[in-house]
Amino acid sequence: MAQPSSAEGYPSVPSLLKRNAIQFAEKAAYREKEFGIWQTWSWSETEKEIENLALGLINMGVNRGDHIAIIGRNRPYLYWSMVAAQMAGAVPVPLYQDAVADEMAYVLGHCGARFVIASDQEQVDKVIEIQDELHQFEHMIYLDARGMRKYDHSHLHEYSHVQEQGYAARDELRPEMERRVAELDYDSKCVMLYTSGTTGKPKGVVLSNRNIIEAARSSAEFDKLRAGDEVLAYLPMAWVGDFIFSIGQAYWTGFCVNCPESAETLTTDLREIGPSYYFAPPRVFESLLTQVMIRMEDAGRFKRSMFHYFMSHAKKVGPSILDGKSVSMMDRLKYALGNMTIYGPLKDSLGFGRVRVGYTAGEAIGPEIFEFYRSLGINLKQLYGQTEASVFITVQPDGEVRADTVGVPAPGVELRIAENGEVFYRSPGAFVEYYKNPESTADTKDPEGWVATGDAGFIEEKSGHLRIIDRAKDVGQMADGRMFAPKYVENKLKFFPNVLEAVLFGAGRDKCIAFINIDLTAVGNWAERNNIAYASYQELAGHPQVLDTIQSHVEEVNASVAQDEMLSGCQIHRFLILHKELDADDGEMTRTRKVRRRIVEEKFEDLIDALYSGKAEQFTETEVTYEDGRKGSIKATLTLRDAKTVPLSAKVAAA
Amino acid sequence: MSAVAEEFITEDGRKIGAVVMEMKNITLKFGGVVAIKDISFDIRQGEIRAIIGPNGAGKSSMLNVISGFYHPQEGEVWYKGARRPTMRPYQVAAQGIARTFQNIALFEGMSVLDNVMTGRLTHMKTNMFQQGLWYGKARAEEIENRQKAEEIIDFLEIQAIRKTPVGRLPYGLKKRVELARALAAEPSILLLDEPMAGMNVEEKEDMSRFILDVNDEFGTTIALIEHDMGVVMDLSDRVVVMDYGKKIGDGTPDEVRNNQNVIDAYLGVAHD
Repeated sequence: MAQPSSAEGYPSVPSLLKRNAIQFAEKAAYREKEFGIWQTWSWSETEKEIENLALGLINMGVNRGDHIAIIGRNRPYLYWSMVAAQMAGAVPVPLYQDAVADEMAYVLGHCGARFVIASDQEQVDKVIEIQDELHQFEHMIYLDARGMRKYDHSHLHEYSHVQEQGYAARDELRPEMERRVAELDYDSKCVMLYTSGTTGKPKGVVLSNRNIIEAARSSAEFDKLRAGDEVLAYLPMAWVGDFIFSIGQAYWTGFCVNCPESAETLTTDLREIGPSYYFAPPRVFESLLTQVMIRMEDAGRFKRSMFHYFMSHAKKVGPSILDGKSVSMMDRLKYALGNMTIYGPLKDSLGFGRVRVGYTAGEAIGPEIFEFYRSLGINLKQLYGQTEASVFITVQPDGEVRADTVGVPAPGVELRIAENGEVFYRSPGAFVEYYKNPESTADTKDPEGWVATGDAGFIEEKSGHLRIIDRAKDVGQMADGRMFAPKYVENKLKFFPNVLEAVLFGAGRDKCIAFINIDLTAVGNWAERNNIAYASYQELAGHPQVLDTIQSHVEEVNASVAQDEMLSGCQIHRFLILHKELDADDGEMTRTRKVRRRIVEEKFEDLIDALYSGKAEQFTETEVTYEDGRKGSIKATLTLRDAKTVPLSAKVAAA
Repeated sequence: MSAVAEEFITEDGRKIGAVVMEMKNITLKFGGVVAIKDISFDIRQGEIRAIIGPNGAGKSSMLNVISGFYHPQEGEVWYKGARRPTMRPYQVAAQGIARTFQNIALFEGMSVLDNVMTGRLTHMKTNMFQQGLWYGKARAEEIENRQKAEEIIDFLEIQAIRKTPVGRLPYGLKKRVELARALAAEPSILLLDEPMAGMNVEEKEDMSRFILDVNDEFGTTIALIEHDMGVVMDLSDRVVVMDYGKKIGDGTPDEVRNNQNVIDAYLGVAHD
């Protein structure tokens, strides 16, 4: 494969900055709400700010190839720091701002950063706390001086002073800076991002200019992003997505990056900006939807019935209209009326009034949530990606959007499914290496450039869309050799508001069983409305009517799983509702609320055996840890239920 | 005036300035009740000065004397090297002394921003009619003052509630808004009457940080009344202790902590 040495003659982010400063000169590049007003910087102002900082960094002794750590919330100044670092020949390393000092110590030590650019006292304090462990650390630059007047300033510098000093020395240092910028080519390091590291220590993913610019270019063309688009930068700067959206695509297309005033003002800021390109993880869409629904419950009767009337219409025809499919004239008219009275104002108050392209990724999104936004006419799509790929592996093209797939390979990406179902890709965005970790690099990326994702999936024959099933290491086989993918089924269950958590067992067995946790808020609310008295989670979980409801959910899931030829073996034959909520204090979950499958399996072995032996009831006693560390135990007799499954032969006959 | 050192080094090695306000032999009576009896103390430039004491010791009365709300029957208040004549509270405010109240006194129906803007009133020169017309000088003045108000809002991190009516806010935030309004006046002395009463630990920590930051960032001299001893001892440079209207201790937190009179007043003393 012939490798281009630049994109249309622009081999680096600084070279794109130079182009934008001329081409888009007075157009807005950055906005930040401060002092109640959106402060704006044009592209030409941005170039000056970045240049002054780069000169200041060189002035302070930044060398080629240095790592400069950047810590803080999304602010234009910190985005400038990234590009300024590149102009000084260094490599920016953004860190998660909510990391505790110990976590920061590992990353700062691993990348050997001599310079740190931090947003405020909180971040500066963390670095000061660990600076004795950091042998290479020399200087820290901070943005907000507040609270730090009395600090020892021998290694602390204010951002604006660094810029001023750089500007003062411009005659002397500019040639050096220009030399360093000219040295940047398509293969030089653009940024290093640490993966969050759910397994083991975080790894530093090195991405080159080629990775970033190619990924930004092809994705921008794919979604027709252009100068004049607006994005709201609110996701962590250390996350690859933010780097691609707020630096890669922004510099490639010249669109404007808006930074919110603070994390708390996000919803107001979103509404004021009205981004045309928007990204959020599924939980953001979920919580917005919940808010809307709760507010509608409190609204007057007239408004409420209007909302429900038009929403049901939108559900019926909205997605088709969005996809450009044929819809009857009458339905179109009704939708237009709904748009005037309900959808438009609702989108506006959510801040989605101008969204042309919206993405969600990271985890599975509930089909109902997904459909809700699409039926409003918001072009919400899914993508599948990871840090190592510079985000994009697959994306959903307009008109081919579905809740259960993650789309087709992004432009320039080749996809391969290994024997065991693991997804491999090769793309111009595929990372260079893990920093100082050749073993992991070799494990993940083979000499031909194929990168292992660690996820299992398959490509649908009809549409060519990729579907992700589970983490590859969790995917197993059932006794008869059919595929066992627990998370796929668990997610389907969790899309029901009544189900908080589900754990599926069945690897090496002839059929699957499930443990279920009910959602105490949702089910409790239902119980209140139906005059069902209960004293505890345990009591509610054992209520026959609750069991009936959950059984109907399980059977619905079975019907849906049966549709899938590969995974039809994962239907749930028997289930129970656990007498306690799975809890991190008891070690059953991680702190980030991911189920620890093995531990649950060991701890509730008696229940699993009972489910497989076909008993109708089982007594069990479980040790629990209270929040203050005391231990106690819960005794319960659980009802074990059979769920209807769709027989495979019948399904084949029906098809 | 007695000779006082121009500078004073506090316990944590911080330098504070010369005396800016001095209370000389203040006695305040309400009819037959003596609220404050012959008390003298001073406040130095740039310090955090705490007034503590058991309930009913006369702390709030003392603050009200400083703010010009009460007029002592005896004694003098010296401010910036001159004896202060009897003044109305608004005249005191115009001299650069702002305060917050023990029982929050905000305009409940107005937004946070408007409340903070009221703190700027002492700095506005145009009259009601000019402001009503919203033209020329009045407009320029409002923009300038809005800028100041926004800086304070940013400083106290209350951007998210800028447009929220104060009545809808929880107690802890109201306290912060009140501090914002007082700060908006750009006072040289800030009087805080129990800024942390009724707060939980986290809110107290936040408030303490704001008080320290105000003192550090704007160089504002702060006089505060507080019941939480931990907070007082950590925050303040010097402490005055009152009991039954009398001064029973004055000095750095350490000195006060080891003062027998203070210990007796707080722990009680056996009467034999």
